Parts: sequence; C-alpha cells; structure tokens
Amino acid sequence: MGVTLSVPADAGRRRIEQLLQDNEERVLRRWQEIAGSSSTGNVDRADLAAQLRELFQALLQSLGEGGDSSDLRGLLAELSRNRARQGFTPSETAIVVFGLKEAVYEFIETDGSPEALRGFVWFSQLIDDLGLFTIENYSAAREKVIVDQAEQLLELSTPVVKLWEGIVAVPLVGTLDSARTQVVMEKLLQTLVDTGSEHAVIDITGVPAVDTQVAQHLLKTVVAARLMGAECVISGIRPQIAHTIVTLGIEFGDIVTKASLADALAHALRESGVEFVSRRTRVAVRTEEG
Amino acid sequence: MDRVPVLKLGDILIVSIQIDLQDQSVLALQEDLADKVVATGARGVIIDITAVEIVDSFIGRMLATIAAISRMLDAETVVVGMRPAVAITLVELGLSLGGVRTALNLEKGVALLKHLEAPRITTAAR
Repeated sequence: MGVTLSVPADAGRRRIEQLLQDNEERVLRRWQEIAGSSSTGNVDRADLAAQLRELFQALLQSLGEGGDSSDLRGLLAELSRNRARQGFTPSETAIVVFGLKEAVYEFIETDGSPEALRGFVWFSQLIDDLGLFTIENYSAAREKVIVDQAEQLLELSTPVVKLWEGIVAVPLVGTLDSARTQVVMEKLLQTLVDTGSEHAVIDITGVPAVDTQVAQHLLKTVVAARLMGAECVISGIRPQIAHTIVTLGIEFGDIVTKASLADALAHALRESGVEFVSRRTRVAVRTEEG
Repeated sequence: MDRVPVLKLGDILIVSIQIDLQDQSVLALQEDLADKVVATGARGVIIDITAVEIVDSFIGRMLATIAAISRMLDAETVVVGMRPAVAITLVELGLSLGGVRTALNLEKGVALLKHLEAPRITTAAR
C-alpha cells in the first residue's frame, strides 16, 4: 500500500495513458464485449461496436497534455440522448460507460505495476465523471420528451369547432389550468375574429372539476369575448359541478349557462335569429320532398 | 399633434383610430366628436380600434368617456374590431367597459346600430 501511495499521481496517469495506447485494440474489443453482454436484447451489436470505437478514439484524444475532451463529451451526449429516446433505462445507458473501467482494470491487473494501480484511481474518477455526465444528459433528454409531449397535448386538446354560421364551440376536455385556459381563450377569441362569429359556446362536459380558479378563467374568457362583440354561452354543467359552483359562491352574473350543448346551440341559434320548426311526422317530410 | 378624423356615414359617425393616442389627441377627439354629434344629429358613433395593438387603462377610460358623452347627446357608441390580445389585456386590467356596446367588425357595428335604431323608426311611422 505504502508503495502505491508513494507513486506520484502524474506517473500513474501517464502509465494508464501508455497502457491504453499500447493495448488500444484489445481494450476496445473487451469493452465492446462487456457493453454488449450487459445490454438487453434490442441492441444492434455492430452499431454499438461502432459507437464504442468512436468514443474510444475520442477518449484517447482527450488524454495527455492539453487533450481536448469536447469531442468525447459531444459523443456521449448524443449517445445518451438517443438512448433516452429509444426508451433504454438509465442503468443500461450508464453501463456502457462504466464497462470501460472493467475492461481497463483487467489490463492493469496483468501489468501489475504500482504506477498502473495508482493511475487506476485517477482513471476510475475520470470514468465516473463521464458516467455522471451521461446520466445528466440522459435525464435532460427524457425531460425534454416530457415537455414536448405536454406542449403537443396542449395543442391537441383545444379545438374550436364551427357549429353553425356565426356560432363556434370549444369542447373542453380534461383538467383546466391557467396555461391551458390561456391557450383556449386566445384560440377562441382569434377564431371569433377570423370567422366573424358572434356566438360562442364553451362546453365543459369533459371537465372533471371546477374550482374558483377555473371559474375565474371562464368568466374572463366570456368578458373578453363580450369586449370584442361576441356572446358566450357556457354549457355542459353537470349537477355536481353546479352544486360546487353554488357552494363556492361563484357568481356567473348575466352569463348564460345551459345544461347541455344542444340547449346552448338552440339558444345561440335563437339569438342569431334562426328559427327552426320540427316537422310532425317523417311521412310529412317525404311528401314534401316528393 | 395628430388629430383623429371623424367621418360621417348617414346618421352614424365613424372614428377609426390608427395612431398612438396621446393625452392631447384624445381630448381633442372627445371635443371634435361631441361637436360633430351635435352638428350632424348623429344617432350612433362607431369607434374602430382594429389598428390598436397596445392598450392601457387610459385607452379603456377614453372609450368609456366617449360612450358616456355620446349617450348624453342621444347617440349609441359601438366599439368595433377589438383584437383578442387587447380584449385579454382589458380583462386582466379589470376594465369590462360597462355601458359600451361592442361588435366584431365595422359591418356588424353598423348592423347593430341599425338594429337599435329600428324601434324608433317604427314609432315615428305610427
């Protein structure tokens, strides 16, 4: 032990670099074996081998005096990003990097010199650093996937549909929060301008719960639409929600609320001056068509 | 100082705001409009803010004031062409422009005034 510690750290580091350069091909092959056997089924072996070769070259480049590790980090970042997208677990991703430690250790064991053993401590730290870097990139990529999906969901879940000439509807589905309501509000108002519609129906049949905040957002939307010269009807209020709203003491004022989308449409049609009569029997309809 | 022109179309006065409003020009507009309403006996005033992209509480108050002045002179005020972003800002500011009628665009604004006018005409005909 005393012998090992008396070796200067620099000498150990140089020894490892020497070892890596001398045994380049063998270390790489061993690394490929270890990484390949630890990865589960759906890995393309040839692909992995090529990736590891690139990584190894970049690693060699980063060693020595004034070595540049930006290539190595770039490659690692790409590897972890790809693995995150393809649905690998974090361990599967990290093991690729940590496999190199095992591969190198085997060569150090055969070498057996105190310098090599001292150097392994340094090398181990280096690999740990790279491993952590990989994991960080992996989770960043994962997070980005989640954020992207949340955005897509936001776009998907807020359609504005035209029910009649001059009447549009927004069927809201799912929990409403500030961000979503903001999107709905802007989209609805923009549609009112674009289509010149004077009536809008906000259908909340698919909204599981209404609290003061959600109600506040709905009211703001209605008032904003009024400022622009359009009238809003809120429909699809289920009994429990009506109960909640009254219990919370939310005042809807003179805003028209209807139980069903059909009622709201009928109201909007009446307001815009459309009259509709129901025919008495189907026979009567046929007679007229004939 | 830029003056906002007041246009006459039948018994309706149309004001289209296309400049950044300063305190002075707003005061001038209010005076011009009041004079014009009296001079022409206009029944309606339409304020077109299609070109207004930025609003503050000052503009909100201006609209309410103009509406109040016109109503005093027996003319209905309709604000038309408000952009969604402007409407949202006014709501966030807590200005709901009570007493001001609104319409999506100039055409609908004119139709609204005609609609409001209709009962008077029938009464006059009897």
